[in-house]
Amino acid sequence: MNFFRRQRYLVDFTLSSLLRRKGKNLGLLLVYTLIVFMLASVMLFTHGLKQEIGKVLQASPEIILQRMEAGRHALISDAYLEKTGELRGVTERRGRLWGYFYDPAVKANYTMMVAEERNLLGTEVIIGNAIARTRGIGPGDYITFRSHDGETYSFIVKGLLDSGTEMFSADLILMSARAWRATFGVAEGWYTDIVLSVSNPREVANIAQKLSRRMPDTRPILKQELLRTYDAIFSWRQGILFVLLAGAIMAFVIFAWDKASGLSAEERREIGILKSIGWETSDVLQMKFWEGAILSLLAFLCGYLLAYLHVFYASATLFEPVLKGWAVLYPAFRLTPVVDGLQLATLFFFSVFPYTVATIIPIWQVAVTDPDAVMR
Amino acid sequence: MHRITLAEVTKVFNQNRPNEYPAIRGISMTIEPGRVTCVKGASGSGKSTLLSLIGCLSRPTAGRIHLGERMISGLPERFLTAIRRHTFGFIFQQFNLIGGLSVVENVVLPAYPLAPDYRTLMDSAQELLARFDLAHKAESQVQWLSGGEAQRTGICRALINDPEILIADEPTANLDSRLSLAFMDQIAQLRHTGKTVLISSHDPLLFDSPVVDSVIELRDGQLLEE
Amino acid sequence: MRKSGSFLLLIALLFGLFLISLLDTAGAVPEAEERLMHTRALVTALGLTDPALFTEARYTRHLSQADLHSAFQDHPMALEHFPSGSLILPPQVGSGE
Repeated sequence: MNFFRRQRYLVDFTLSSLLRRKGKNLGLLLVYTLIVFMLASVMLFTHGLKQEIGKVLQASPEIILQRMEAGRHALISDAYLEKTGELRGVTERRGRLWGYFYDPAVKANYTMMVAEERNLLGTEVIIGNAIARTRGIGPGDYITFRSHDGETYSFIVKGLLDSGTEMFSADLILMSARAWRATFGVAEGWYTDIVLSVSNPREVANIAQKLSRRMPDTRPILKQELLRTYDAIFSWRQGILFVLLAGAIMAFVIFAWDKASGLSAEERREIGILKSIGWETSDVLQMKFWEGAILSLLAFLCGYLLAYLHVFYASATLFEPVLKGWAVLYPAFRLTPVVDGLQLATLFFFSVFPYTVATIIPIWQVAVTDPDAVMR
Repeated sequence: MHRITLAEVTKVFNQNRPNEYPAIRGISMTIEPGRVTCVKGASGSGKSTLLSLIGCLSRPTAGRIHLGERMISGLPERFLTAIRRHTFGFIFQQFNLIGGLSVVENVVLPAYPLAPDYRTLMDSAQELLARFDLAHKAESQVQWLSGGEAQRTGICRALINDPEILIADEPTANLDSRLSLAFMDQIAQLRHTGKTVLISSHDPLLFDSPVVDSVIELRDGQLLEE
Repeated sequence: MRKSGSFLLLIALLFGLFLISLLDTAGAVPEAEERLMHTRALVTALGLTDPALFTEARYTRHLSQADLHSAFQDHPMALEHFPSGSLILPPQVGSGE
């Protein structure tokens, strides 16, 4: 009980002491909060993206079969589709029709896909939200494309893709197979690639091997690889930014250490006074601990909370320019709030611990000296 | 109530170094409880050193100091601090208040490590401030106080833990005659309440004052025989 | 009020908000589940393989499908598109063979 009462008195003193230089200490707190904010934002954002993408891509097809010609991705024919049917374990197979379309009007790349199940007429398209936003069009409007042979085709926008799916659908244009083949000049019986469903996930590697053997000019892409690629991408990028921002924290800590070790005569005198009026070395050190802890604790809590709001409720707007780069189309998406406990604990540790220690250690020497120096 | 006894106390600064300096040499004396004792001497005579040794602010190089029956000169820091907290109150020449903090915050500082009940502590502080005519200045920051007010704040601070022995090192060096006399009045009051007071000064206003019971003279770190 | 009292109140408030944020990660599930469900349905129907995060070029758009003839695809310094090229690894080669 006495211990808590004493700590509370020490906090009283530390707060009074910090408030003596309100401007400077507030500035310090602000900068430190900003650093924690950036670190926490990166941490939450990349982890959130990784989780979201991972969960969604679980629904991807097990195998995508691409045909290669002179090392390049080429169209794949019906004959290959037939051959895949011969393999046991393949429950579904279909040819996919999709391609890239460059729209010079907005300098953007669209992904044009065929979606048979939507039963679109030859003149109808369904577009993704980013396209709608960039071109300023909506359902009922017209959109025109120049086909492979220079013809101009006009389509009416039947609808937009669900905004909840934007992360994956922002730049899609769905059309009928006939319209697609006319636009790109791809003849019947040819597809962009083949999509296979496999019931038993353990069989996938086997089937992929058989496919490569039977059709040596093809390249099977497995869902497992897909998932691993995206997992690795976000971990890697997160690591780089983490190191950069952790460097910023370290710089801050070094600054704090420097400040604390270059004790002015004023500060020495004050510690001497405290000791002469009855404070023990341990009291002085505990008080200094609170000086570091108060600041870093506030910085951590404020920085983390702001980062949480930024990432999950403001769609990480500060990161948009970084991710978007030169792209014209960018999905507007909401991430599901999710946090990795271990990362959070690490963030807490690195925000609070080094700074607090940096405030105490350098004054150890002074705190231990005999108080009679004050008498002089 | 404890008597303070010194036996052959010596204090040497910077021992075994070229600038070795013996501030106190072989002093033996007794300070009677409940009395006002004044240590007089020129500057450099070792008054401050003597007071800091008695007040457990430093340890002697040789010799023994007893507080009542207990020897305090050889104690480790932890015990020394405990004794200092409960037994001694200090008043400094330079006031030694913590700037930027208010009067009442300065006054209660010595009590913080002892962690008494908050309300009790604040009541004691207010009572002390009232006694020394500082109640209206309780929330003022100490750097804006006049010399007299600062000294009185120092006195209140020295009394917050209700110590039995008060030690004042050149308390009136920064005060004019009027305030010096006022200070001695306050000392008289404290003696009246049974406190032991030890003052060091080279000001005749103090060592010749009727309030002082006994005078000890130091020269070059040694006692001058009466 | 004592300074430490106000401070403790502030910390308690911030910590309370912190706990709420932790609970939020558990509580946001139903709405998120619906959104995820729709997206997964679209992904299955169309056979999608990549999120539409990097739309500036074809080999950044479909990272998993990118073919091998574009310049510096396998090179660690795949920087031809900034910033995606510096933010993402080139596709992993030689898998599934």
